[in-house]
Amino acid sequence: MTRHDAPDRGSHAVEVRGLVKHFGDTRAVDGIDLDVREGTVMGVLGPNGAGKTTLVRILSTLLRPDAGSATVAGHDVLRQPRQLRRTIGLTGQYASVDEKLSGWENLYMIGRLLDLPRAAARRRADEMLERFSLTEAAKRPAGKYSGGMRRRLDLAASMIGRPRVLFLDEPTTGLDPRTRNEVWDEVQRIVADGNTVLLTTQYMEEAERLASELTVVDRGRIIAEGRVPELKARVGGRTLRIRPGDPGELPAMAEVLAQSGAAAVPDGSGAGVAAPVIDRESGTVTMPLADDKQLTAAVGLLGERGFALADISTQLPSLDEVFLALTGQKATHADDEAQHGGDTDELKEAAA
Amino acid sequence: MSTATSTGTKSPAPGPAPSVQPSGRGEGRIGLRANLRHIGALVRRNALQIKQDPESMMDALLMPIVFTLLFVYVFGGAIGGGGGAHRDQYTNYLMPGMMAMMGLNIAMAVGTGIQEDFHKGVMDRFRSMPIARSSVLTAKVVVEIGRMLVAIAVLLTVGFLVGLDIHGRWLGLLAAVGLTTVFATSLLWIFMLLGLTVRTAQAVQGVSFLVLMPLQFASSIFVPPKTMPGWLKSFTDVNPLTNVADAARGLMLGHGEVGDPVLWTLVWSAGLTVLTAPLAIAKFRRKV
Repeated sequence: MTRHDAPDRGSHAVEVRGLVKHFGDTRAVDGIDLDVREGTVMGVLGPNGAGKTTLVRILSTLLRPDAGSATVAGHDVLRQPRQLRRTIGLTGQYASVDEKLSGWENLYMIGRLLDLPRAAARRRADEMLERFSLTEAAKRPAGKYSGGMRRRLDLAASMIGRPRVLFLDEPTTGLDPRTRNEVWDEVQRIVADGNTVLLTTQYMEEAERLASELTVVDRGRIIAEGRVPELKARVGGRTLRIRPGDPGELPAMAEVLAQSGAAAVPDGSGAGVAAPVIDRESGTVTMPLADDKQLTAAVGLLGERGFALADISTQLPSLDEVFLALTGQKATHADDEAQHGGDTDELKEAAA
Repeated sequence: MSTATSTGTKSPAPGPAPSVQPSGRGEGRIGLRANLRHIGALVRRNALQIKQDPESMMDALLMPIVFTLLFVYVFGGAIGGGGGAHRDQYTNYLMPGMMAMMGLNIAMAVGTGIQEDFHKGVMDRFRSMPIARSSVLTAKVVVEIGRMLVAIAVLLTVGFLVGLDIHGRWLGLLAAVGLTTVFATSLLWIFMLLGLTVRTAQAVQGVSFLVLMPLQFASSIFVPPKTMPGWLKSFTDVNPLTNVADAARGLMLGHGEVGDPVLWTLVWSAGLTVLTAPLAIAKFRRKV
C-alpha cells in the first residue's frame, strides 16, 4: 500500500481509523482509514453514494460514527467535539448560508459566532467579501446570488475563523463549467495559503487540479489511494483509444482487445489488465495499456482480424479512466446515480 | 488579509477563541458571556429575516385584530346581553384571555418554522461551529417572545379602541402581559419539541390544530365556564388556559380571584418548561 503510516501523529491534520457508519442496512462508511498530512490537499474521489458526504459529516461532528475513530487537528470527533469545531471550516454540498440575510450579514454573523469583537467581525466580513470578489453584492440577500456567488460566499463563511482544516464537500457540484473555474480559483488560493483541505468530489478533473493526494472510495470503502501520479501509474501508462469505421463493430473489437490484453501478460491470465470499455456516444473503445508490447499486440491482432479503423490514438490516462479501471464501473454509471440522488438519499437517511 | 483583526495575529493558524481558556483541559466549554453573544448574533439573524420577509409578521399583526373584531362584534352583543347594550362588558371579559390565545397561536407557528429552518444548509454550519447547540433554539425563543409581545400590543390597542376599560390598572396590565408571556414561552418549548419530532411542517400544523381548538374553547377565555356541563367544567378547571385567562382578568380588571390562578399559571409554566425544554434541546442536539 502507499499509505504512510507515520508514527508522528502530530503531522497529520486528519486521522481516521476503521471508521464505520451505517444507515439502516446500508454501510455508508465501511471501515475507512485515512491520513491527511498538515498543509496538503486530500481529494476523496468517488461516485455519488460512495460515502464521501457521510465521511465529511462525521469529521465535522455532524454525525457520530458507529465504530472506529477520527481526529481532526488532534481532537477526537467524539470526545472533543467542541475543540474540534474551533479548528475546522465546512462548506457543504448545499450552500450553507442564510438565504434571507445579505452576504455581509452572513459573514458578520459568523464572525460574531466565532467570538470576534463587533469591530473585528465587521472588518473581517468586509475583508472576506473583498477577497472573494463579492463586495458589490455585499448588501443583497444571499438567496438572490448566482450559484457561483453563493458558493464563494459559502467558502468565505468557512474561512472567517481561519480554520486549520477545511472540509469542502463537493464544492462545485451543480455549477456550470465557468462558475466551477471561479470556485476552483478560490480553492486554489486557499490551498496556496498553506491550509489543510479535505475535498470530496466526483469530478476527476477537480481532484486532479486541486488535490495532491487522492483517496478513491466506492460503496464506503477505499479502493485506492496515493499521490496523483502514483495512482495514474497503477493503471498503466497510457490508454489506447480506437474508433472503428463501423460503430457496429465496437463489441467485436472490444473482445479482440481483451484477448490482446490477456496475451500481453506473461502468464496469459489477464490479471491486472483493465478490460476495454466501449463508449457508444463517441463511438470509441478504450483500454489502458500496461506496456508497449500490449499496444503492438493489440494493433497487430486488430489488423489480423481485418477491422477497419477510423482513428487510433494513445493518451495518458485521465483520472476518469483511473477510477474506471479501479472500480470496474463505468463512469457514466456513477453519473446516472448522481441524477437519481445517491447522496441525497444519504442525506435523507442522515436526517432520519 | 493585511487589515489584521484583533484576534488571530500571533500565530499562523490561530482559531479566534478568546472565550475558551486554552489551558483548560476542560471540554472547551462555552462560557456564559460567549453564549449570550452567540444568542445575540442569532437573534439578530432572526430579526433580519423578519425584516427581509415582513409577511412573516402578518400573523402577529393581523390575528389579534381579526379575532378581537370577530369575537367582540359577533358574540359580544349576544353574550353581554341587553340586546347588545352590554357589549363592553364582554369586551372586558374577553381581552385578558385573548392575550393567552395570541401567545398560544404564535407559539404554534414556531413548530413549523423550526422544520423549515432544518432543511437549510445553514443549520449544518451552525452545528459545525464552536457554539452551544442550544443557542440556536434559545435565539428562536427570544425572537418568538418578541413576536408575542408585538401581537399582544396590537391586541391591546385594538381592545382599547373597541371599548376595553381597565380603570387605570396599568401595573395590573403589565403584570398580566408578563404572566401571559411567561406561560406562552413555556408553550414555545412544547411546539419546538413537536416541530423537531414530527416530520413535516404540515403534520405539525395538523396535530397542533386538533389539540389547540378544544383547548382554547374549553377554557374560560371566551365565556365563563359556569354554564358548561359538569364533565366539561371539570376539564376547563384544570385547563391551564383557564388559569392564565383568569389570572390576567384578575390583574387587569381587579375583580375575581387573583392569587390562585396566578400561582397555577406559574406552576404550569415552570412544569412545562422543565419538562419540554431539555427534551427539545436534546432532540435538537441529536438531530442531524
